[in-house]
Amino acid sequence: MDILSSISQFLQQGNDKKVLSLTKEAVNNAIPPQKILDDGLIAGMNVVGQKYKAHDIFLPDVLLSAKAMYTGISILKPLFLKGKMQDRGKIVIGTVQGDLHDIGKNLVAIMLKGAGFEVIDLGNNVSPENFVERAKKENAPIIGLSTLLTTTMPVMKTVVDIVKNDGLNKQIKIIIGGAPVTDEFANSIGADAYCFDSISAVETVKKIMAKDGKM
Amino acid sequence: MKDFLERIRNCEIMVGDGAMGTMLFTKGLQPGQPPEIFNITKSNILEKIAQSYLDAGADILETNTFGGTSLKLSFFSLEDKTDEINRNAVLAVKKIAANRAYVSGSCGPTGKILKPYGDTEQETVYESFLRQIKILVDAGIDIVCIETMIDLNEAILAIKAAKSVSSTIPVIATMTFDATPKGFYTVMGTSIFNAAKGLEKAGADIIGSNCGNGIENMVRIAQEFSKVTTLPLIIQSNAGLPIIQGTETIYPETPEFMAERAKELVNIPVSVIGGCCGTTPEHIKAIKDIVNAMQH
Repeated sequence: MDILSSISQFLQQGNDKKVLSLTKEAVNNAIPPQKILDDGLIAGMNVVGQKYKAHDIFLPDVLLSAKAMYTGISILKPLFLKGKMQDRGKIVIGTVQGDLHDIGKNLVAIMLKGAGFEVIDLGNNVSPENFVERAKKENAPIIGLSTLLTTTMPVMKTVVDIVKNDGLNKQIKIIIGGAPVTDEFANSIGADAYCFDSISAVETVKKIMAKDGKM
Repeated sequence: MKDFLERIRNCEIMVGDGAMGTMLFTKGLQPGQPPEIFNITKSNILEKIAQSYLDAGADILETNTFGGTSLKLSFFSLEDKTDEINRNAVLAVKKIAANRAYVSGSCGPTGKILKPYGDTEQETVYESFLRQIKILVDAGIDIVCIETMIDLNEAILAIKAAKSVSSTIPVIATMTFDATPKGFYTVMGTSIFNAAKGLEKAGADIIGSNCGNGIENMVRIAQEFSKVTTLPLIIQSNAGLPIIQGTETIYPETPEFMAERAKELVNIPVSVIGGCCGTTPEHIKAIKDIVNAMQH
């Protein structure tokens, strides 16, 4: 098996030590960092995502694989020209104000990072104003909102309204997700997309970035 | 009062109470506030809720301490109030129960993910449960209720903490399962079989499931539990999964619907039948009537 497939395999097993040593080895073998990222780390994380979606593996496995991926990325990051890894686009995400649940949101962040996007994670209990301010400041074309509580769903609408009122709805798209959120709810508040899970979040972000000519 | 476990061993079916969180929202709890805040600001409301469930026929009344570990309270910078929050909740329910119902001390997840998946040490989680359960037991609960667990290891730590506080107090332990195309699993991937074996080995007296499902899935979950354990079972079902209408949250299952399906729980038998999110005193009364009718 070639070294990149090995990186992918060990990443899938959540073996961060092996991923670390093999990523270093790949760098020493003069494999381009972008290729190590795409065909090793991201390829492995994609398999993890698909298996998670199919319920073949569960959250703990994903968390371990994500840890392994971060380890690999930490080796590659200094090797990219400044800003190179951010070429796929930025996204601001967080759990909305009033809600402290962040497992789902963290998972989305992991998968987006895995797909090569730069994720600005604002954490949980984030105010609507904070989301919009950061997106403006970072020039991020997408805001991702998460909530687990039904009581905090209306906060999502507040974010959509602020973006609209500021006349930013062409530049900033809003995608939403979380256990009680549905497609109908996304439509009803004027959000740009609903994402069922972390995989569909990555697919949605890719679609939006492609449309914007950002990819 | 008669010994709780003795009654269960004698095949008596006991009815638990219904939702706390969704009831507190109707009493003015604001989104973003922890439900436990009422324990230090409005404990009279806890008494009212306990009274309404007692009147509905509940044999067990739960304390408003689901998020009462110091770890969970630290999310709201309330960890310094851990003692007061837990003690007040017990005293409010005890006052209403007055030996007519058992007082069950609710212990929910700490909100932390254990190593190696997350960053929290086992010892930290164990100590946090130990502290909460000690306060609850000292304040006079009759039962420890470890609930809504998704990580079997965290549930086991909580059970061990309860057993170390008191070797005699009955310990209930429930986990929350998702219906996947491959069967019922918790978010962290625990199957019903592994949950039953793990909870039993850790020393729980009554095991089962709460939250996450409506009554029909809960009947299936109970059937699976009954195949893999000889311990008495508990089921605390949501009134269905929430539906959003406008800004309102509606739990669709009516008291009649839940009570009708609860007959199947009685037949398994499930020893403790209660409610979780969205259930009201009306739901509990309907279930109590069915249980009474079937037991006599």
